[in-house]
Amino acid sequence: MTAVDQTYPHHGSEGRVALADQLRRAERSRKIRAFGLTVPLILFLLITFAIPIAQVLFQGVKNGEMTQIMPGLTEELETWDGQGMPPERVVESFVRDVAAASENQTLARVAKRLNFSISGYRSLLLKTARRLPSPDQSDLLQALVEIDTRWSERRYWTAMKQASPRFTLEYLLTTVDRQFDADGEIVRKPPETSLYLTVLMRTLWISMSVTLICVIIGYPMAYLLATLPAKYSNILLLLLLLPFWTSLLVRTTAWLVLLQNQGVVNDAGIWLGLWEEPLQLIRNRLGVYIAMVHILLPFMVLPIYSVMKGISPFHLKAAASLGARPVRSFLKVYAPQTIAGVGAGSLLVFIITLGFYITPALVGGPGDQMLSYFIAFSANSTVNWGLAAALSLMLMLCVGVFFAFYSRLVGVRSLGTGS
Amino acid sequence: MTLPPYATAGDRIWFYGLRIFCGLTFFFLVAPILVIIPLSFNQDPFFTYPMEGYSLRWYAEIFGDGPLSLLWQRSMVNSVVIAICSTVLATALGTLAALGLNRADFPFKNAIYAFLISPMIVPIVVTAIGMFYFYAQIGLIGSLAGIILAHTAIGVPFVVITVSAALAGFDENLVRAGSIMGAGPMRVFRKVTLPIIFPGVASGGLFAFAASWDEIVIVLFLANAEQHTSPRRMWSGIREHISPTIIAAATLLILLSIVLMLTMEWLRRRSDRMRGITQT
Repeated sequence: MTAVDQTYPHHGSEGRVALADQLRRAERSRKIRAFGLTVPLILFLLITFAIPIAQVLFQGVKNGEMTQIMPGLTEELETWDGQGMPPERVVESFVRDVAAASENQTLARVAKRLNFSISGYRSLLLKTARRLPSPDQSDLLQALVEIDTRWSERRYWTAMKQASPRFTLEYLLTTVDRQFDADGEIVRKPPETSLYLTVLMRTLWISMSVTLICVIIGYPMAYLLATLPAKYSNILLLLLLLPFWTSLLVRTTAWLVLLQNQGVVNDAGIWLGLWEEPLQLIRNRLGVYIAMVHILLPFMVLPIYSVMKGISPFHLKAAASLGARPVRSFLKVYAPQTIAGVGAGSLLVFIITLGFYITPALVGGPGDQMLSYFIAFSANSTVNWGLAAALSLMLMLCVGVFFAFYSRLVGVRSLGTGS
Repeated sequence: MTLPPYATAGDRIWFYGLRIFCGLTFFFLVAPILVIIPLSFNQDPFFTYPMEGYSLRWYAEIFGDGPLSLLWQRSMVNSVVIAICSTVLATALGTLAALGLNRADFPFKNAIYAFLISPMIVPIVVTAIGMFYFYAQIGLIGSLAGIILAHTAIGVPFVVITVSAALAGFDENLVRAGSIMGAGPMRVFRKVTLPIIFPGVASGGLFAFAASWDEIVIVLFLANAEQHTSPRRMWSGIREHISPTIIAAATLLILLSIVLMLTMEWLRRRSDRMRGITQT
């Protein structure tokens, strides 16, 4: 039964049913065709973008080395409860698997993985592999302890057990400076190996500061742009868009040149008598803030400006006619209407800042590097994909949370740049 | 807006204070870009004013025929090839998808839209390591094709967004009118839809071009020396020692940005005009 049928029950309904059916079918094929147009791009992004990222993020919880390279040992470790010292059969399969792995030259991968859990494990394992006792010997554990006394410590054995399951939380815990102890409890890392919680906090802090500075500077600019006559504001908008279109690398380079000790800014400051000695303006946090605010300011001004453009000037006139002083009418009538623009601009700036890499890397010092830097560093220099992926997950989580706020506030559809 | 004659002292302070503050901010925004342009014509390799004399020697280092110049020139050719190819791909794929998204309602439409613009939201380093990891398995590291595909993905959101915006003001009745008059879907698209949404398509393409042209993080991960783009060459130069040649290259890039920006403004005005016509 169709809606058409129910509405007109006593008209000759066969033709109508056919017509309604046809209509529905046409409508459906229209939908399918519309969806079909999006398919090429969906497939393209899945293959070149989404699947690669998912695959690399998966490395952040994956634990392949032990199962793959030391299958016998992994099996034995599963049956050991991790209490006391490992039983003879575990030690025996350990010796067998280490012998096999060093023959296939795969031991280095396991050594690297275990070194991530306890530093120094790599050299311990490689040293042991060189002087490995025969697996048929009795009291193998004692033989290992004679090679290195660390084999009498339980945590070196539990580390292998913890590295055995297919999935691990170890990399993710490292991003917040936590680790498993010998009993599998989550504990704080010793301060000398702690790093990433500080980096995470620093990333959030820099993003927050840049956002705040951009609001303070950008709000008056947006106000001026929105209230000036079009012939002036169009020119000023071009001036705002010029840095927006200029390459990020070019702008960062410009600041690098200008803020040097012998750069234009220091020269000008000394010439004007503002300061005596060249100030340290780059390779520190100040330089990072200057360059990043410069890059992100347009992203703040444009959303606020477009909201202010939509506020009727009569509101302020009405407030004035009711006797409000300009400051009062601004605070009570105008400002509340701009909150949405400020929110949108702030979230946009915050989200973009979270992922910054190039600018802090060039303008900042070692203490100003953000999460992105350490992701690139783990992937490139130390080739620790697990850690790189776990840090990426962390960054994606931060971006995701704030993007969810953003799409709540203004909707995904309004992500347009300048339009 | 001018000050009314009855303005109080407070109003005056507010009025001029705002203008002075904004003047300083605009100076902060534009000055760094403008200040380094003359430095690229400095005859000495210093970055200070006043300059002793002018010379084109730094541009000669880019356009000459020394070994370093050849590297610069190849990087520019790479940049152009990568940017044009990825712009064409991104514009074609993005326009198609935007047409589909705006033509009919189908399930999960908003989710699909969010997915299509996600390359813009995912931090670039994460994208870069993902692609590096994936391309390493299929042997696309150190190939122009790999970088073009990556830059296409980066450029696609801009096209989807701008074309969707252009289609939002598009009157579907025009398509119906075209079909009634006997034009096939392709013909309607070419003769009716495309001319009207063209400013949106073109500005999406410009954004995609700029995104590829500027991009450096992905290139850092995916390119060998053979595929270095001009930002990548600048990056190596900046990390070692900033030479005026880099400032000269930066100046060339600034000129390109100005051209892109003015083209964009022109398109925007044209689009406003077109909408004025379609609305009446």
